[in-house]
Amino acid sequence: MMKIRIALLALSAATMSLPVVAKDVTLLNVSYDPTRELYKSLNSAFAADWKAKHGDTVTIRMSHGGSGKQARAVVDGLPADVVTLALAYDIDAIADRGLTGKDWQTRLPENASPYTSAIVFLVRKGNPKGIHDWGDLVRNGIQVVTPNPKTSGGARWNFLAAWGYALKQPGGNDDKARAFVKSLYQHVPVLDTGARGATNTFTQRGIGDVLVAWENEALLAKREPGGDQFDIVTPSVTILAEPPVAVVDKNATDHGTREVADAYLKFLYTPQAQDIEARNFYRPRSADVAAKYAAQFPDVKTFTLAEVFGDWRKAQAKFFAEGAVFDQIGPGN
Amino acid sequence: MRRRVLPGFGLSLGYTVTWLGLVVLLPLAALAWKASDIGTAGVLKLFTSPRTLAALKLSFGGAFLAALANVFMGLIVTWALVRCRFPGRRILDALIDLPFALPTAVAGIALTAIYAPNGWIGQWLAPLGIKVAYTPLGVLLAMVFVGFPFVVRTLQPVLQSLERDVEDAAESLGATPGQTFLRVILPPLLPTLLTGFALALARAVGEYGSVIFIAGNIPLRSEIAPLLIVQRLEEFDYATAAALGVVMLAFSLTLLVALSAWQRWTRRWAEVPA
Repeated sequence: MMKIRIALLALSAATMSLPVVAKDVTLLNVSYDPTRELYKSLNSAFAADWKAKHGDTVTIRMSHGGSGKQARAVVDGLPADVVTLALAYDIDAIADRGLTGKDWQTRLPENASPYTSAIVFLVRKGNPKGIHDWGDLVRNGIQVVTPNPKTSGGARWNFLAAWGYALKQPGGNDDKARAFVKSLYQHVPVLDTGARGATNTFTQRGIGDVLVAWENEALLAKREPGGDQFDIVTPSVTILAEPPVAVVDKNATDHGTREVADAYLKFLYTPQAQDIEARNFYRPRSADVAAKYAAQFPDVKTFTLAEVFGDWRKAQAKFFAEGAVFDQIGPGN
Repeated sequence: MRRRVLPGFGLSLGYTVTWLGLVVLLPLAALAWKASDIGTAGVLKLFTSPRTLAALKLSFGGAFLAALANVFMGLIVTWALVRCRFPGRRILDALIDLPFALPTAVAGIALTAIYAPNGWIGQWLAPLGIKVAYTPLGVLLAMVFVGFPFVVRTLQPVLQSLERDVEDAAESLGATPGQTFLRVILPPLLPTLLTGFALALARAVGEYGSVIFIAGNIPLRSEIAPLLIVQRLEEFDYATAAALGVVMLAFSLTLLVALSAWQRWTRRWAEVPA
């Protein structure tokens, strides 16, 4: 930890001592794993847009990794100007250390989440086990692949999607949801530490009958070679995954990049960016763009985290903290 | 006064202490300091939890078995490399170091691909009811993989320096091959085998990258202790993560000290003239 911290300090010192040539701006966007392709396209679009409007050259450097690990790196000194992570809890942790305002989620529209995804199922070609909804996942003989919510932010959305489904069934309550989710995790043979790992376990290793996944990951897996071996199943109701974005106030101020960083995140909501996001399999917020990509994103009944669970701090404390619900009912119990 | 080849005692010792302090002791002290945040009660609670105990048991138990397997196979492989002349020996010799050079995650993914139920080897084991990937057996396999070179590379020079005529002498005095091995060859190798064992063990206990992909990571069943540390970090709970680290460290240190004491004892025993 210490060594990493020293290395990061050296790194940040090096970036800060770079001579700031009048019109060249460099931003560091610290993001999570599956956004590589997405931000590659978004960054060049934003740079072109900024150049046209202001004449400055903007270079955006990226850092990818597990969402929680990325948040820790920023807390420990990685000089991110903006963060684009998998869940608000990770940005809250950055805000808790005073690196950005606690009000970060209200500064941008739509909970500071420019694009969304839904939690869906990936099944084997032709859906041989007849999996159509959450209830089918706990049938005898069904094996479910989902990553570990303790190590993967994405997997926490999966968990909450299943819980929310059970709550919304007739007569649903916390006890029934708990029993349902417990039974679901008893069908999980492998708990990968991250979402990509789980996708590989399902697609490459042939483990399991169904992969609980983000829709963008499922669509991506279908586009990969051999992707025709899988079908996507959209359940009756699911959670709307809202990956959030925020400017890291302290770093942006220190680097003098505040204005560009703000503009960068606002750009993510423009029709042009929304189109890029849709092409990278994220559901756009813009209704117009959504209409254009209607074939790709089937209509699905979704609920938000805020509607069912309040906020991430509450969800984290209730379900995923040490000794909380997941530890009590997860696999192995 | 005798001239020394390397700089004098004072300078060498100065470098040694400074370097070890910066590279080893300082990070470890930081770890212990961070861990002190959770207090004695916290430590007690942590280490009475069945989950922590299961993970520690898998990490240390697995590493122990893996090191045993490596000592056994390592002796045979080193023997073949040192004593036998066959085509491709040099290539084989170079292959031994591969686990050192390969990023551990790559090793883990490769092992998983091979031993998964649809993998090259896994598909033949699956009908027999043998599951390797995503079970404790998979954990063991990855630990064997990362620890293997340690045994071979510590054993090799010692085996090379063993004179063959001692064996011939034993034989001419009427010793059976078994007696020659047990009474003539094994004793001088024992301290080195122990060193190899200790190194392979230490490497396997802390191994994360390669194990994580093949483990399955089911709590109480196939969850390794380093994964518990990562989980605490995901919760931004640095103190508990550090406490787990300190305990693993203390465990390993005790083990290594005990092994080295045993090693000294066997060395003395080995050096007693027969």
